[in-house]
Amino acid sequence: MSIWDKLWGRRAPTSRQMARERLQLVLVHDRTRISPQLLQTLKNEIIEVISRHVDIDREGVEVTFTQSQRQSRLVADIPLQGGRSKSAG
Amino acid sequence: MAARILTITSGKGGVGKTTATANLGVALALQGQRVVTIDADIGLRNLDVVMGLENRIVYDLVDVVEGRCRLRQAMIRDKRLSELYLLPAAQTRDKTAVSPEDMVQVTEQLRPEFDYILIDSPAGIEQGFKNAIAPADVILIITTPEVSAVRDADRIIGLIEAEGKESAHLIINRLRPDMVRREDMLATSDVVELLAIDLIGIVPEDEYIIISTNRGRPAALDDHSPAGQAFRNIARRIMGEDVPFLAIRESPGLLERLTRLVRSRTKSGG
Ligand SMILES: Nc1ncnc2c1ncn2[C@@H]1O[C@H](COP(=O)(O)OP(=O)(O)O)[C@@H](O)[C@H]1O
Ligand SMILES: [Mg+2]
Repeated sequence: MSIWDKLWGRRAPTSRQMARERLQLVLVHDRTRISPQLLQTLKNEIIEVISRHVDIDREGVEVTFTQSQRQSRLVADIPLQGGRSKSAG
Repeated sequence: MAARILTITSGKGGVGKTTATANLGVALALQGQRVVTIDADIGLRNLDVVMGLENRIVYDLVDVVEGRCRLRQAMIRDKRLSELYLLPAAQTRDKTAVSPEDMVQVTEQLRPEFDYILIDSPAGIEQGFKNAIAPADVILIITTPEVSAVRDADRIIGLIEAEGKESAHLIINRLRPDMVRREDMLATSDVVELLAIDLIGIVPEDEYIIISTNRGRPAALDDHSPAGQAFRNIARRIMGEDVPFLAIRESPGLLERLTRLVRSRTKSGG
């Protein structure tokens, strides 16, 4: 975002930005063959496995893709609840 | 010296494969190279009309493959450039009339006599596409700055990687800098970042392309056509020259920013 946009507050996304964001998602799904549904399933199961051992903030869990060059990565961001493990508490 | 084989492909139809093949053929011939263009779009012959050679076709690629004529008999010499030839596609047959092995055989026969062999690929990812890329040393992927075209280009890049072809370059066609500046079109940087392959050319939207197609005289022959200039630059890059990209201004200048600002403020004000 340019300095002008920042100075005058954020406006609705431009069609270029929308095209870019939509493409990014479509390409990730095409390349990895991971559909949005499968991604949701993965997220649910990750939450289940982790929360068996650690208290986590279920609502805050995010499972997303990152790309560097043509390599895709699945990234799970899992906020911990209180920061202590179950066995310790 | 043996020819390099370049295949121009895209996935999506109508993004400029045939236009690029004709213009790069002309542009390379203008550089003194011996060039043959091959129309691999069997059943939807088009390269002949874009090059303005449609009246001189006697035999075609399928006649060669099926042994009805010698290769040389099917090749049409360009009227304007004596080192430029076209091998036309058949119009009345379908893609299955030619196999990838046939394409390799035909191009191997041509290799010793030319510097460049350009293959115009059909749209899609089926047999016609496979025929077109089978003999390629270099693949030029062409896209427009649109979501669907870029998506198809990405699919093609994946398929080419799976085939073990190493060398692929990107051409962005029909770019409209004015629209990019208004934030209404994907910029070159967006497309290059998303596809993550090497960029070899940016061709602007240019009404001269339509006029030149009407006349059967590729725009690369015309000094005044911006797209023609872009294709001539790509040809030089293909030959290994380090040619700077055309100065296509994609980011807004101060005046444009101010007008946009005023416009958006008056809009939100009422
Ligand atoms: N840079 C350009 N500016 C304007 N029109 C273009 C440009 N490139 C291609 N076109 C037009 O787009 C259409 C499709 O081009 P074509 O080369 O036939 O695509 P393809 O072979 O990929 O199907 C044609 O009408 C052509 O004249
Ligand atoms: Mg075509």
